Amino acid sequence: MWGLKTGIKSLAAAGLLAAGLVAGPARAEEDTIKVGILHSLSGTMAISETTLKDTMLFLIEEQNKKGGLLGKKLEAVVVDPASDWPLFAEKARELLEKDKVAAVFGCWTSVSRKSVLPVFEELNGLLFYPVQYEGEESQRNVFYTGAAPNQQAIPAVDYLMNEEGVERWVLAGTDYVYPQTTNKILQAYLESRGVAKDDIMVNYTPFGHSDWQTIVTDIKNFGSAGKKTAVVSTINGDANVPFYKELANQGIKAEDIPVVAFSVGEEELAGLDTAPLVGHLTAWNYFQSVDTPENEEFIAKWKEYIKDDKRVTNDPMEAHVIGFNMWVKAVEKAGTTDPDAVIDAIVGVSVPNLSGGYSTMMPNHHITKPVLIGEIQADGQMETVWETPGLVVGDEWSDYLPDSKDLIADWRAPMSCGNFNVATGKCGGKGVN
Amino acid sequence: MTVLRRLLLLMLAGLVLATTARADEAALREILARFPAAKGFPAIEAIVRDLGATGDPAVERPLLALSEGDLYFRKTDSAVFIGRESGQAVSLSDPLTGEAAGEAAKAEVTKIKVNNGLRRAVREVLGSLTLGSEDSAARLAAAQTLYRTPDAGAIEALDAAIAKEKVAGVRAALEQARASAVLVSDLPEPDKLAAIEVIKAAGSRDALSLLTAFAARAEGPTKDAALSAIESINASLALWAAAQNVWYGISLGSVLLLAAIGLAITFGVMGVINMAHGEMVMLGAYTTFVVQSVIRANAPWLFDWSLAIALPLAFLVAGAVGLAIERGIIRFLYGRPLETLLATWGVSLILQQAVRTIFGPTNREVGNPSWMSGAFQLGELSITWNRLWILCFAMAVFAALLFVMNRTPWGLQMRAVTANRRMAASMGIRTPWIDALTFALGSGIAGVAGVALSQIDNVSPNLGQGYIIDSFMVVVFGGVGNLWGTLVGAMTLGVLNKFLEPYAGAVLGKILVLVLIILFIQKRPRGLFALKGRAVEA
Repeated sequence: MWGLKTGIKSLAAAGLLAAGLVAGPARAEEDTIKVGILHSLSGTMAISETTLKDTMLFLIEEQNKKGGLLGKKLEAVVVDPASDWPLFAEKARELLEKDKVAAVFGCWTSVSRKSVLPVFEELNGLLFYPVQYEGEESQRNVFYTGAAPNQQAIPAVDYLMNEEGVERWVLAGTDYVYPQTTNKILQAYLESRGVAKDDIMVNYTPFGHSDWQTIVTDIKNFGSAGKKTAVVSTINGDANVPFYKELANQGIKAEDIPVVAFSVGEEELAGLDTAPLVGHLTAWNYFQSVDTPENEEFIAKWKEYIKDDKRVTNDPMEAHVIGFNMWVKAVEKAGTTDPDAVIDAIVGVSVPNLSGGYSTMMPNHHITKPVLIGEIQADGQMETVWETPGLVVGDEWSDYLPDSKDLIADWRAPMSCGNFNVATGKCGGKGVN
Repeated sequence: MTVLRRLLLLMLAGLVLATTARADEAALREILARFPAAKGFPAIEAIVRDLGATGDPAVERPLLALSEGDLYFRKTDSAVFIGRESGQAVSLSDPLTGEAAGEAAKAEVTKIKVNNGLRRAVREVLGSLTLGSEDSAARLAAAQTLYRTPDAGAIEALDAAIAKEKVAGVRAALEQARASAVLVSDLPEPDKLAAIEVIKAAGSRDALSLLTAFAARAEGPTKDAALSAIESINASLALWAAAQNVWYGISLGSVLLLAAIGLAITFGVMGVINMAHGEMVMLGAYTTFVVQSVIRANAPWLFDWSLAIALPLAFLVAGAVGLAIERGIIRFLYGRPLETLLATWGVSLILQQAVRTIFGPTNREVGNPSWMSGAFQLGELSITWNRLWILCFAMAVFAALLFVMNRTPWGLQMRAVTANRRMAASMGIRTPWIDALTFALGSGIAGVAGVALSQIDNVSPNLGQGYIIDSFMVVVFGGVGNLWGTLVGAMTLGVLNKFLEPYAGAVLGKILVLVLIILFIQKRPRGLFALKGRAVEA
């Protein structure tokens, strides 16, 4: 059964891969630097990850136009892990061992990242991970260019508390590691801010949940206790569309019960009539609507590359832009693509982000980012209604969870540790390292 | 006493209204001109409140424009306009009179930003302004807004409005609004007790919200009265909640029925384990998308009919694909269930990836026609139109299928082949063609279901995967080979799921349903309604 499945999948994906692979071996000589792209092009996650593959191909082409890197051309190696978590590890191994790529850009779900971690550690590769995630991790070979919880979830909750006066909270999420951990952090944070336990409702739904009637009614009922209520949604991907449709049909307006979502971006909204959703919130580090010259230029070039005027840009794309530019700069600084040299060189590297500032790679392998709160508009775009005054440093070990608040990560010598316990003064708290 | 006071208040209110009803236009423009300089939402909100305080109905236009994000100011001279975006330009009009004021490029004007807090403020301000409107619907809306966002300062205006109001429904809403305002005022206890009675009689979720908030800060007899009112509202709401669960269950059941009914034919009647069934549903949904895209581009006035147009097309598309699968693959595999399972699983992957390649991996937008949007209230039940229509549609499909199976020659032949293939063949029935057509019918029905499901779910290549397990569950539970079993099975599972969900949560609820089905199958391996036939022999 597995053989058949992968067989057919790879057969079907062959068309998509052809562009990347055929060009590859034809001139795979010593004068190129290979860059691995590890994103699902088939299966459930293709909906989100295909765009990131295109983004990487676009960035590599742009870099080659500028003359490549260290005098060599960059060459993309695209593989398709097919939304299959163990296959992610296999493909990662293939990229590092067989293709000998200098760096890998990829993964979306936390479980796929966890599945490739041991491979990158064992073969000493470099992984740039572009998606917001639950934190509680810092690995020497991984660079987290997406948001940690304190760069997305906590500012969003602060906004609702301060600007909208929310006192009652529904934490609704899909039943897997990112929502569970994020909600645990949020719950601890809300309680530390004096929110009573009775005023927090936590709800989990299965992947791809499509019948939201009961839950939306529950939210409505929870919201009729005389206190301003908001929903913090960590509902993943596909389940969002029916959720928002049900909200709109049951007449829950953003003015009454706003929903702030962490996994809904421009791409997800493209499949939805957003007129009834105006005013619901999202929290990201980048919106397509951000009004800066850098962003305008990026969008224009992207649309030209993809040859589709309707394609949108989103936050994980920006994370790849930042991650890729950081890697380029670090390689130039180190003068080599050797992983150890790049890991040493990249900390402190600072590149412009698309929202008009600079993002810097911190010693914990997370980056600094601004946090934007946007309201969904009728055209499917977000409009920034609030942003953090400065850049926020990604905090890998949450300060609000009892077993991680004493941990820090610093990959510079001499500490070089992903989970240093400041209370005991020893490296090695919880986590995979 | 109260009559006298009301009269006095009425006169006072009349006086206030008379003096402020028409602030002069220059004063309004002066307030409007403060928008460009306002920094941050609190500053803008202050301007909104000031506009509202003038009491002039003319502020409705700029305020509505503001809440819809259509208020702009020109960068050169800070003049405020209402703008509508059209391409790269914005067509401007005067904020008070609405007269056209030419066009401007997007870069020349700045939009005045709005957030939820501001929209709420606008709604409140407009609520008290439109109390005196000529239109009874506007007065009703105003009363309802005031009811939900009580403001002690509005009592006088409400008294005046109640005295004038002739429409009974609006009057009742106004009285409820007054009661909610009394609860937040510092009027004496007897007034508050009367107000609690009024709100208790209204008895909805909003009433509960108001009373809970009041009980939290009240003391003495009013608190007790509020608490007992809360209790009685809760008791009546509990009954409604049970009714709501039943409705949700039936609605979920209708979705399950739609997804499973095609499978009841291919798996139930023919005994083919068709893993590509979900993909037939997906093809139907994508047909709807294509139909809607064509309509959007060429004939937008037809949009409300798009689903009706998509139905026969979806049936044909999915039916044709089904026919091709049967002729091309499945007919070689009859009697070999394991190979059929693997082959159709492969077909499902191929179909998914084909759709992904043609339409892209992202969700496609399928719009709801106007008659399928929104909800209506039935007592405390809120019933959404799309769910109601899907229920009706599922029943119609079921009835049509039942008719085909039981009242047409084709149905007779189908049943004959199912019951005894060799005997049917000896009677001159061309069994291979009946097989092909039956499979096409089952696939076509799945395509039709896809049209309906596109209204409530994502239209993405993964659409079908979400339904395949549920469909098999329904058919196996209901009894293989029996359409009535599928109906009863779908409804039972729907209602069961919805009654478990509030207690066990969605994740555990699903697991429990699965466990219950496994236990049930242990007891009755043939499902609810067992039938003799090829499926049984196999």
